[in-house]
Amino acid sequence: MSLRNKCAIVGVGQSRIGKVPDRTGMALAADAAKAALDDAGLTPADIDGVLAGYTFTEPYLMLSSVMCEYLGLQPTYSASIMVGGGSAGFMLHHAMHAIVTGAATNVLIVMGENRRTGQTSDDAIAAISKIGHPYYEHPYGAPMPGLYGLVARRHMHEYGTTYEHLAAVSVNTRYHASLNPSAQMRELITVEDVLNSRMISDPFRMLNCCLISDAGGAMIVTSAERAKDLRSAPVYVRGIGEMHTHEHVSMARNLTETGAGRSSEIAYAMAGVGPEDIDYASLYDCFSIVPIMELEELGFVKPGEGGDFFLGGHARLGGQLPVNTHGGMLSHAHAGGAGGLFDITEAALQVRGECGERQVEGAQVALAHVEGGILSAHCTVVVSNTE
Amino acid sequence: MPITRSAPKRDADNTPYWDGAARGELRLQRCAACGVARFYPRLLCPECWSDSVGWFTASGDGTVYSYSVVHRAPSANFADAVPYVVALIDLDEGPRMLSNVEADDPEAVQIGDRVRVRFERVDENSAIPVFVKVAA
Repeated sequence: MSLRNKCAIVGVGQSRIGKVPDRTGMALAADAAKAALDDAGLTPADIDGVLAGYTFTEPYLMLSSVMCEYLGLQPTYSASIMVGGGSAGFMLHHAMHAIVTGAATNVLIVMGENRRTGQTSDDAIAAISKIGHPYYEHPYGAPMPGLYGLVARRHMHEYGTTYEHLAAVSVNTRYHASLNPSAQMRELITVEDVLNSRMISDPFRMLNCCLISDAGGAMIVTSAERAKDLRSAPVYVRGIGEMHTHEHVSMARNLTETGAGRSSEIAYAMAGVGPEDIDYASLYDCFSIVPIMELEELGFVKPGEGGDFFLGGHARLGGQLPVNTHGGMLSHAHAGGAGGLFDITEAALQVRGECGERQVEGAQVALAHVEGGILSAHCTVVVSNTE
Repeated sequence: MPITRSAPKRDADNTPYWDGAARGELRLQRCAACGVARFYPRLLCPECWSDSVGWFTASGDGTVYSYSVVHRAPSANFADAVPYVVALIDLDEGPRMLSNVEADDPEAVQIGDRVRVRFERVDENSAIPVFVKVAA
């Protein structure tokens, strides 16, 4: 049985974003959950499924159970899912399976972390660098930007991708963030600004790296049938696909051909669409090489052409394929699982036509691609405002 | 300034690897069923799932597959060593591993550079394999 159009995203919500010292991570998640529930026109009693993620800033072991407890929910379906920053995509997939099998009716997907104010910058950088292998990578001092830097350097070697290409991704994303009132960083930047920012791990400078944010994000998923009776316009999930190839970057068989190709093939096939049908794309952008590679692997451009697509302005609002209109992780927010969740909720808001100044005119079919680890686990989601 | 490294953690999968490193040998596993060499050490061959395995001493020679020059260290024990090179090394025997390439000029390291292992002593029982460029 195909999951095509069986489920819909009916509520999306987010907390205040950036520096939010008056909120714990749990409170950021609660703010987002409440907003998503209001968006859907549901009450807490309607929620019988809860999927939570993980947190680096608060010491909870069974996070989904803690989340339910904090929110006063007693669902019949719940789990914590940790697939890195792209967890929200995998959680959506799990929620859809639960809904079509009748294990749950209305599933709340919720994550929040106070990564910006709940820890020091040094602690944040040390915590995220633990993605590396504890025995065979940690002894060499590879920070998260260095692990992705290995990927970027290889892409530059094979395809001639340049520092200017990487900068163009950051500039494009910041322009979109300038149109989004909730984005953490809204001041416009130029290619020169990126090229003059502090070197972090070559080839990445500061402005090629994602933000560290306080943020909570949530979405509510239900059956396509029930979605028609709710407050918000249904966002149907037409297609979804996953691919898992490794965790540690040293174990990736090929750094320039990731699982994104396969996950998108599965999602396109289920949705009955191809890249040419996509009006808007959220592309996971923890570091500015990643959207370049995703454009290529998801079939929007040929291998090696992703950098020119950004540099040529084709990913800008009004261009051939607007990418990351919310501002992505580079300019809107990155707070672990909630960061990737915003890629999906932005795709939903685009096909709902509710993106204000950053709205892609007439957007009907949108895509979100998220990943976890070092291009380790991929999930592609295709959504639409029609079945 | 040198990197301050902590001693590697030996476990049931990797003790021959770290014991070898302490003696100045790069010890790898090779599947006795399909013949594929692997890194990191583990119970089953990731190609064929055979649990029949032998250990051998690799040449220690390899080629840089990719690299990044780190300017912002992930933790205090690496902070004094910046800039330093983190690299993926394709060993001549097949497996790939992450390591450091030691170079007077970190900017001179390139993809395709030939490198050779060097064992950096951590304590009396342990050493960590790192790599140095060899003349072309």
